[in-house]
Parts: sequence; C-alpha cells; structure tokens
Amino acid sequence: MSLLPKSTKRRGGNGNGSPAESEATGNGPQIEGALLRGGERRPANGNGNGNGNGEGNGKVNTQALKETATEIPIQAISWLDERTGGSSTLRGVLLRKVPAHDWSYTLGSAVLFAFVSQAVTGVFLAMYYDPSATQAYRSVQHITDEVFMGELVRGMHRWGATVMIILLFLHLGQTFLYGAYKYPREINWVIGVVLLVLTLAMGFTGYLLPFDQRSFWATIVGVNINASGPVMGPYLADFLRGGPEFGAATLSRFYAIHMLLIPGLMAALIGAHLYLVIRLGTTAPPWAKAKKRRELSREEI
Amino acid sequence: MPAAYDGETVTRRGLFTGGAMAAGGIATAAFALPALGFAVGPILEDAAEENFQDVGPEADFNTNTYVSKVISLPESEGTGEAGKTTIYLRRTDEKRDTDELGQLYIAISTRCTHLGCPVRYVTASERFICPCHGGVYSFDGKVSGGPPVRPLDRFETKVDRGRVLVGDRFSLNSKLERKKPRDPSNHLDGLWQYLYPSRPTT
Repeated sequence: MSLLPKSTKRRGGNGNGSPAESEATGNGPQIEGALLRGGERRPANGNGNGNGNGEGNGKVNTQALKETATEIPIQAISWLDERTGGSSTLRGVLLRKVPAHDWSYTLGSAVLFAFVSQAVTGVFLAMYYDPSATQAYRSVQHITDEVFMGELVRGMHRWGATVMIILLFLHLGQTFLYGAYKYPREINWVIGVVLLVLTLAMGFTGYLLPFDQRSFWATIVGVNINASGPVMGPYLADFLRGGPEFGAATLSRFYAIHMLLIPGLMAALIGAHLYLVIRLGTTAPPWAKAKKRRELSREEI
Repeated sequence: MPAAYDGETVTRRGLFTGGAMAAGGIATAAFALPALGFAVGPILEDAAEENFQDVGPEADFNTNTYVSKVISLPESEGTGEAGKTTIYLRRTDEKRDTDELGQLYIAISTRCTHLGCPVRYVTASERFICPCHGGVYSFDGKVSGGPPVRPLDRFETKVDRGRVLVGDRFSLNSKLERKKPRDPSNHLDGLWQYLYPSRPTT
C-alpha cells in the first residue's frame, strides 16, 4: 500500500487490516461516505497502516494500483467536501424526498434547461453581434451565413426562445391544475409570474435585435402599444425608445435590457424560486391519497 | 440594550447601527440615483430644435393628389435608412379644406395613429390605408374606418423662395385642430384626451 497516500491521519475506518477484507467491503460505502453522509465525511479506509502486503515481492501489485485509482477521486472529493460542506448541500438538493409524481413535475427543470440554453447561446451570439443601428442587420447576416455553425447557434437561440415560452406556460398550467400555488407556496407562484413577465420581456426586446423590417415594425407597434396606456403609457414609450422617436439609442437600449438587465433579474429570481422549491418541497399530485391507517390486528394489540 | 445613564434615549450601539445604515444608504443612493436618472433621462429631455427640410419646388405639388417625399426625422439620427420616413404632400384646396390650420401646403405623416405602421395613399380611392390592422383615412387624413384614434399627424410647412420646406410634426384631433405631437394610439378627443397629456419630449 505504499502507493496510497498516507492514511494514518484518518480517523474513522473499521479497522480491518487485510486488503482482502477491504476489497470485500468495496468502495461503494466509501463513495457514499464522501458524498452522502455528512456526518462521516472522512472516508472509512480499511487499509489501516501499511500492512506489508506487496512489499518486497518485487512485482507490480495490480490490486494496489487499482485501489489507488479508485481512491484518488474519492480523496479529491473528500478534500473539497471538508472545505466546502458541499455534499450535505447537494444531498439536500438532489436527494430530497419528493411525493409520488408524474412526468409533468419535470416541466420546471425543462424551463430551467431552456433558460440555460438561451443564456449560453446568447453569450456566444454576443461575440459576433453589433448593436448599432447601421451594423446590426449586417452582423446578424454575418452570423447566419458566414460564422462556423452560426446558423445553428442563432437558430437554437431563436427557436429556443419560443420553446422556453411554451414550456413556461405548460409549467404554469401544471402548477395551477395541481393546486401547487396554495399555502405555503404562494410566494413561489408570485416569483414564477414575475419570471413569466420577464421572459416575455426578453422575447420583446430580443425580437428587435436582428433589425430587419419585421423586427423594426414589430417593435414600433410594441412600443406604441405601451404608449396606449393612459397617463403613464407615453412616458413608458419614451423610456423604451430612449426619446420621442425610434432612434439609434433604441437598439442599444433594447440590447442592454435584453442581455444584461433582464437576465440578471431572472437569474436572481430563479435562484429564489429554486430555494423555495427545495425548502418547501413539491406538492403531491391531487390524486395522491394519504395511506389509510390500518386497523391493528388482535395479535399486534 | 441597557441605557448608560438615566434619561438616555439613544444608545451608543443604536447610534452606530443607525449611522452605519445611513452611510450605506447614502453610498448606495450616490450611484443608484444617477444611474436611474441616466436610464430614464430621455423621457424628460426637451424636444429637438425646430428643423426645416427642403422637399422640392412648389411646382412639384398640386391640389388634387398627394406626392410622396422622403425626409429624415431629426430625432432618429444615426439609424441610417430606418431614420427616414415617407410623407405625403399636396397644396391646400380652399374649397375642400375647411380647417383653420393656415398652411398653404399639407404634409401628412405616414405614421398610422393606431400603432405606428406606415400608411399608403391609394389614389383610386383617395384614401390612406394601413397594412397592419386595417386603418383607413380619408383624403384630408381623418379616420374613416378601422382602429385609429385620431387623424393622421401632419408636419409644419412653409414656402421659402419658391421651395417647400417641411418642419416639425404635430397632431390633430378629429376636428382637425392643432395639438402638440403625440404617440400613435393616444386619443385627442372627448374625455380620453385628458389621459394622454403632452410630454416634455414632444
């Protein structure tokens, strides 16, 4: 076991000295110890202090090599875990108890995946996109026609936006129909509705960015719909346009809102949304019934 | 916290806590308020200076039909082609035009007063027609059908040494009375007009 890093410092362990026994226990419990059981983070190492096996017989001890190979990642994980406490957090997040459920419970994760996909493709599109009124259309053409796989990345961002909104509405419908907005999850419903509005705002601001005829006029119409609100509407339209007329400032405003302001807000709110999901748990589906208490049999009494 | 002495109203700790919070609040406000003002500033800026553009000699225009010209909106500077707009011009016909705007040349904005799409003048029907949501306007720009809320906007015109000049945009109510320029969708008649006051930017 000379290949193993020194293990004398480790406490715990079941004290079995022979390598055969340690192999019999396998590494499963050790991984579990590292990842799952917060209280027993230091992996139980069955090898104890060097036991002399393999020393002196001159040939390569394949079993020791094998054990080393499995030991190193476990040690790396426990090194990290000792310093971050990550395993107890991950356990609480990933291995928490959920009620008997169906596939519709995955819709929230689906929306999250769509958001991450939009964020990643959006960041890469920003590397080629030029948010100036005279260059925007040209740069989008450049992305679509000339950049390697540009058509694919832009297509994923463009269609992913639609997919995200469809998934959002399915998620909202599922939450509503399953009554998952009720006590104590009202705040999460409210956060979810704010996220819905922000996502629609992402759709509105992103629509302008290709700066072709369709997006130009759609944005004019969209801003003027905002202007139709009484009293505050015209001011809101001025804010969106950056002035009384649609101008060069409008595109850079929309771009900043689209890629900085709203994504930041959304990331923060998604964090709060997930925190509440983990804290409160998911609602059991409406058809799930609590187990009836069984009558005790005479023998049991 | 027990008071240090009788009659003490603010403890030392209370004073320091409050002081630290106030300092943090002032520091935050010092960057947040200017940043917010920076973002919303355009809604408070004054309208652009008066600006007249030459659209051609008087001989180009008549009283029977509209002639289209392209002008650039001064507020849309830097947007290239997108900052240009088509307008329709004709000479006032004293028998037909009974408004009291007192302009020799009528310059009609192509911005539909429903939601801002560009209208098109159809000579055969003497109507302006909007492609987006079906707004229709008569020869003098009054609404004759569809969703628009007020007549088409117009531009100031004047004649200088035989050339027709086009200036700032203004809006009209249904009696063709002159109003400050508004956004599309803003009503200028009846009780509705009080919900859409004019703004500093226009």
